[in-house]
Amino acid sequence: MNVLTPRTRAEIEWQRDRYPQARSAVLPSLWAVQHQLGYLSPEGMAEVAELLRLTPSEVEAVASFYSMYFDHPGGRHHVLVCINVSCALRGAEEIVSHLERRLGCPSGGTTEDGAFTWEQTVECLGACGGAPAMQVDHHFQENLTPERVDAILDGVRGAPAGEGPQARPHSSRGSSAPRAS
Amino acid sequence: MAEYKLLTKDFGMDGIQSLAVYERSGGYEGLRKALGTMTPDELVEEVKTSGIRGRGGAGFPTGLKWSFLPKGVHPRYLCVNADESEPGCFKDRALIDENPHQLIEGTLIAAYAIQAPIAFIYIRGEYHDQRLLLERCVEEARAAGYIGQGILGSDFSCDIIIHGGAGAYICGEETALIDSLEGFRGQPRLKPPFPAVKGLYGKPTVVNNVETLSNLPHIVIRGGAWFASVGAEKSTGTRLFCCSGHINRPGTYEMQLGTPIRELLEDECRGIWKGHSLKAFQPGGGSMQVLLPEHLDLPLEMDAVQKAGSALGAGAMVFMDETTCMVDVSMRLVDFYQHESCGKCAPCREGTYFESDLMHRLEAGVLTPAELSTLTDICDNMNGKCFCPLGDTATWFVMSAYQAFRGEFEEHCGAGGCPVKQRNAQLVSA
Ligand SMILES: Cc1cc2nc3c(=O)[nH]c(=O)nc-3n(C[C@H](O)[C@H](O)[C@H](O)COP(=O)(O)O)c2cc1C
Ligand code: SF4
Ligand code: FES
Repeated sequence: MNVLTPRTRAEIEWQRDRYPQARSAVLPSLWAVQHQLGYLSPEGMAEVAELLRLTPSEVEAVASFYSMYFDHPGGRHHVLVCINVSCALRGAEEIVSHLERRLGCPSGGTTEDGAFTWEQTVECLGACGGAPAMQVDHHFQENLTPERVDAILDGVRGAPAGEGPQARPHSSRGSSAPRAS
Repeated sequence: MAEYKLLTKDFGMDGIQSLAVYERSGGYEGLRKALGTMTPDELVEEVKTSGIRGRGGAGFPTGLKWSFLPKGVHPRYLCVNADESEPGCFKDRALIDENPHQLIEGTLIAAYAIQAPIAFIYIRGEYHDQRLLLERCVEEARAAGYIGQGILGSDFSCDIIIHGGAGAYICGEETALIDSLEGFRGQPRLKPPFPAVKGLYGKPTVVNNVETLSNLPHIVIRGGAWFASVGAEKSTGTRLFCCSGHINRPGTYEMQLGTPIRELLEDECRGIWKGHSLKAFQPGGGSMQVLLPEHLDLPLEMDAVQKAGSALGAGAMVFMDETTCMVDVSMRLVDFYQHESCGKCAPCREGTYFESDLMHRLEAGVLTPAELSTLTDICDNMNGKCFCPLGDTATWFVMSAYQAFRGEFEEHCGAGGCPVKQRNAQLVSA
């Protein structure tokens, strides 16, 4: 029995056929699975393997290397807070402790109502000019303060899974100094 | 000297992400000129004349890199490195957000120069919205005949595939990027063979950074000799410097190479915030050694910064004021490398673990002086002994900070907490 929808399977086949070698489609295929299921289940990865003519263990070995794939289901929204240097210099710790209090679970945890999974990361997100920064459902949120974090979370809470607010487009001051918050 | 806007000239222009506005601003004229008036070899020569060096970190001359491809071996591939994950670095994101077609045009020009039928843009997984933007732009450019069969009526055909990563700094290293693009765990390969000889799918491959390629339309339009007249003699052109940390106006600023670092800090970043003073800065991102206020008069020039014991690297400037704890900063960077070590070789896999454990106990104030003295040994066992530069660079910042701020490191031993943070707290409450 397939766990992937025909749409996801079609996406994977399209990816497979556009590369000179089918195996190149592993990462995009895993993204398609995670997009549908919210995480990479063994059954989902087995289907990727079948479509790309690989073994399930080959696909699992690739998946486990990359930090953005989830191996278990999480909350409806994902919050990723940067604690690398540029963010730490401008208050990342305050944001982290605020989230911990506000969401009632430590980094890596999921809120009781299943709305949020959040984690801190040492991976610089590429938003140091707008530090402290985080991503909510892959969208950048910058120049954070505890109040701004509250407003962002309130805005996302009711939205469908994975649909964080679209961050406003990069505006320009200097070349691309971050927008004023 | 103010900013010198070449790549960032159209940043902030309304609708520049659309093909129509980009074309109105002179967009795709570089590609038209290259295809219509230059042979691939002439194009390679023009880029050599420009003197441009790669903007991805290592600073290798771009034209020279292209000329290493073995003659007559096809197909060849171009990989655009948009994995930007160096701590402190966000310029490639700005170049994509603010002028995506400029990157696509540069990509097509490079693909023509090396005669690649496919160019892959490998973009880090976190740049989700940037990936979607590039995909839209590629479709738009394809519909207009800039991508596909017989581009602009020439006999050159090229496709562009946008490939999203999934969270791994090491995939920015060119051979790991190739591994990842082939559908494997992204781990570096032994060099030689270099990608130019045996890269993607075993074929000759060029890997170039987003910023490097975004320069190409300008080099083609205005000429290599003109480009070489901008900037410094051995660091030609401009670079986008990502400025962050304790400054009044963080952001990316495009500067002519050769400008003193002080001008970047004072004129563009508007100085250190809150009336504080500069304690230290990193001129090239998390991988590079710490520099001190006395280094502010160095020019933004690759070789000069290298002589001072650091590097411009990927162009990330992180400024720190006097309240900064250098042990805390070192700990965060070491944690980053420990997290990102790909695990292929023991000195890095084990060494970053030891470094991280030691730095955490030092910052917590529970390390003994004898344990602290092992830091140098740990780093000596890594630097120069790792399979790829990630493991080497995992020691550079912490070792340079240990040298420059030894008293501060030693003060942490047995302090029961971070003495710098305790002092800061007292200042605030006083
Ligand atoms: C650990 C590591 C990470 C790297 N990350 C990047 C990166 O994110 N982006 C990039 O362009 N180059 C990165 N590089 C450099 C690439 O290996 C390669 O030199 C570069 O993409 C070549 O492009 P250029 O010649 O245009 O600079 C990294 C190198 C190492 C060792
Ligand atoms: S130095 Fe680190 S990142 Fe590089 S190959 Fe070794 S383990 Fe992997
Ligand atoms: S350090 Fe946080 S986004 Fe770069």
